Amino acid sequence: MTFEQKKHLHYQLLALTGEVDLHNSPQVRKQLLDIVESGYSVIVDFSALSYIDSSGIATLVEAYNLAKNNQLSLTIVGATGAPLQVMELTHLNKVFPMIDSLDEIKG
Amino acid sequence: MTSSNKNIIEVNNLVTHYGDRQILNGIDFSVEKGEIRVIMGGSGSGKSTLLNHMLALLTPTSGSIVIDNVDVVNANRKTLLKLRQKMGVAFQGGALFSSMTVGENIKLPLQHHTKLDEHTIDIMTRLKLELMNLAGFEDLMPSELSGGMLKRAGLARAVIMDPKLLFFDEPSAGLDPVTAVELDELILKLRDAMNMTIIVVTHELESAFKIADRITVLFDGEIAITGTVDEIKNSKDVRIQNMINRRARDEHLDADEYIKRLTTGKN
Repeated sequence: MTFEQKKHLHYQLLALTGEVDLHNSPQVRKQLLDIVESGYSVIVDFSALSYIDSSGIATLVEAYNLAKNNQLSLTIVGATGAPLQVMELTHLNKVFPMIDSLDEIKG
Repeated sequence: MTSSNKNIIEVNNLVTHYGDRQILNGIDFSVEKGEIRVIMGGSGSGKSTLLNHMLALLTPTSGSIVIDNVDVVNANRKTLLKLRQKMGVAFQGGALFSSMTVGENIKLPLQHHTKLDEHTIDIMTRLKLELMNLAGFEDLMPSELSGGMLKRAGLARAVIMDPKLLFFDEPSAGLDPVTAVELDELILKLRDAMNMTIIVVTHELESAFKIADRITVLFDGEIAITGTVDEIKNSKDVRIQNMINRRARDEHLDADEYIKRLTTGKN
């Protein structure tokens, strides 16, 4: 798993690649919570993510809740395949804003 | 030891005894990654013994068992421990610790085997409780749950670490038909969303036909057939047909051996 972080005016983009699992989800957690705590909304890019386990999903839930309590947002972009199925299995696709591409934000 | 990457389980020529009694008579058995395999067979057919071998709980008389490229028969404790972390097991009755709450039972493997933050562990536990339709039961004791709920709580604990390989012993035994169907659907969803390989031991035909990619049927310690649902249904083997049509098998009786067993207690 690798991730890339980009700062924008009102949000930060965190792109996850490869697999998020028990071993690396604490890193993702730290990254996500840091972004939200520094007052930014966050967009998590799933388009190069092949697998996310429930520790990764739990991390997203925690960050989403923190963002919400701070009047910020956590949006997921480009979820397909197994990660999308996990979101559907846990019904979180009905909770998180899910968009197909970053084009939907600009404008 | 050969194990192609396609197969997550490879059992070759497995022979096992309990005392003098031979239970498995040279089993060859392999399961592909991502497959849902149902193992069927009557009481005493050897299906539980085969399951226990795959969990590395028994040592065979001879033969090999390779799981996720680990030679289970000859592996050391440390290797087995690492392998077991990738495997989830849901036992018949749930097998929860009666002195702990449902939530504590489910999060136990995470607390033992991971260094995840307590917040993450709590959310993971509740995600699994939600998935099993047990939301809100976190703080109850196992003795306060019904049989079906215990079974689902056991499954929640079995999948808490998102195992690559899930073993499920008699998922629908003792459940009402609606709960049994829900559990079958859950098994299918777990495979699709979590890329799990799932081994289910059952004697519920309806459930087996619904969830299985392939079914292996054991009779008297030997594999009678491994095939897709259609192949099982169309099998000409009279034992398979009897199983499908729920007919008692016609025992072959050897009079001399029978008398010997009755008078000496030996085979």
